[in-house]
Amino acid sequence: MAKSIDVTDLNIYYGDFLAVQDVNITIPARAVTAFIGPSGCGKSTFLRSLNRMHEVIRGAYVDGKVLVDGEDLYAQEMDPVNVRRKIGMVFQRPNPFPTMSIAENVLAGQRLNSKRMKKSEADDVVEQSLRRAGLWAEVKERLDRPGSSLSGGQQQRLCIARAIAVEPEVLLMDEPCSALDPISTSVIEDLIHELKNDYTIVIVTHNMQQAARVSDQTAFFNLAGVGQPGRLVELGPTEKMFANPDDPATEAYIQGRFG
Amino acid sequence: MGTRRIREEGLRVSSTTEQTRRTAPPQRPGDRVFGGLSLGAALLILATLAGVAIFLTVQGIPGITASPEEVKYDTTFLRYVGPLVFGTLWAAALALVLAAPVAIGVALFISHYAPRRLAQPIGYVIDLLAAVPSVVYGAWGMVTLAAAIQPVYLWLEEHLGFIPLFAGPASATGRTILTAALVLAIMILPIMTAICREIFLQTPRLHEEAALALGATRWEMTRMAVFPYARSGIVSAAMLALGRALGETMAVAMVLSASGVISLNLISSTNPSTIAANIAHSFKEASGLTVNGLIATGLVLFVITFAVNFAARAIVDRRKEFSGAN
Repeated sequence: MAKSIDVTDLNIYYGDFLAVQDVNITIPARAVTAFIGPSGCGKSTFLRSLNRMHEVIRGAYVDGKVLVDGEDLYAQEMDPVNVRRKIGMVFQRPNPFPTMSIAENVLAGQRLNSKRMKKSEADDVVEQSLRRAGLWAEVKERLDRPGSSLSGGQQQRLCIARAIAVEPEVLLMDEPCSALDPISTSVIEDLIHELKNDYTIVIVTHNMQQAARVSDQTAFFNLAGVGQPGRLVELGPTEKMFANPDDPATEAYIQGRFG
Repeated sequence: MGTRRIREEGLRVSSTTEQTRRTAPPQRPGDRVFGGLSLGAALLILATLAGVAIFLTVQGIPGITASPEEVKYDTTFLRYVGPLVFGTLWAAALALVLAAPVAIGVALFISHYAPRRLAQPIGYVIDLLAAVPSVVYGAWGMVTLAAAIQPVYLWLEEHLGFIPLFAGPASATGRTILTAALVLAIMILPIMTAICREIFLQTPRLHEEAALALGATRWEMTRMAVFPYARSGIVSAAMLALGRALGETMAVAMVLSASGVISLNLISSTNPSTIAANIAHSFKEASGLTVNGLIATGLVLFVITFAVNFAARAIVDRRKEFSGAN
């Protein structure tokens, strides 16, 4: 189920503007890879290019290759809709559908795949997904309540449940805790630890301590100056990146001297 | 007791400071002026509405109680107003059914599908439709549309005549309730489109992205994120449009050749009239209690419009928790 990702020579453009330049990275399966770096360094853009979500913005395109288990996401015949069904995403701000109940939110992706499900089957998916997202105990009595009735941290776990309900190959997380309180954050970090047994997880974070806590591998992105494209500066095992990085810019960022 | 007295005394002692703290902070003159103006505007609306209601009631009641011999329409008020109420609701409902899908489709095209260069001109053109006076629509409907659509009615009678709606005999002039409803539909299209467009544009980007990230196509995203979020807005838009269709006078009076019946037949030459069109037709030759009777039909229209708006509120409120407003 979990797949690795190989990115070669990826350039990401918004119209004429080169946003991210020349990224080469291998993201291993069943592990957590964290992207860190200052604002505007292209880490979110790069993350969104991994399930072609950046194409939502008009004029966005890439050149280069993104192979998921050997299959190029940007091949001619590849439909971005199918890419997104295989590669799930959790956003910075919790975004459950306000017009759907908790259970309907979890099943939203299933319904898109237009799988006909029996009621009992659907109930199973809801329970399993919510259990894996660590939310079941808190919401099992009120599955028919609106998703927006939950707290911020619960909403974010609901979004994680929604993303994993369709059994994706990869789970992308774009600063999933930046809008949450410390307690909810630690709940979600624990959850990430558990989820990595089953999924390939890529997380963008602004919070270096968080990267240190949750990830196995860390990638540092930076940009040379305003208007310059972002680049992948350094990639390595998280302990090494935080203890003894090779690049002076990485060291400066990690020590909090800029960013 | 003792402690209480002490506490009370303590309160009294501190009452001077307490008082200064409790007085409202000083108000700026600008705030006061603006607050007064907006309050005035709100009261003015209420006063106007109350004025209209009082006028209609006071003038209408003699018409309601008048006996058939005293009025020109030779029947009791209830028998008189019945077909008119039916015609009003029937024409407005038809217009809404015809206009709503088009309005939602156009609004969705402008907000989510059209390239930006195309979206704006289309928006302008739709808004322009609202600027055409209703008498022009009436003239167009009476002269051009009715003649153009008459062969369609013949065809409908021939091929779909077994459905009561198209039972015929088809009108020779084409000035039927369906023609009137078509004209009404075009007239209510701009307001519905404009409101739907604004509401579709307000769909939070977050929800759209949530749907897309789950692998939704553009249409699935629309169904998952845009429509549910816009639901109450669409209902409001439809109700505003319905209000306009219920009260539209000139265009219906010109297009429709009415004969005061209750009939579901869409294409025949005997059509129910609407309250507003009937007032426009009859008012000039009316006198005495007949005028009161006509005003009473106006009162009925007023009540219907109110009821429609209340119904719309109720629909919107029913699933408030799921509306996305919280």
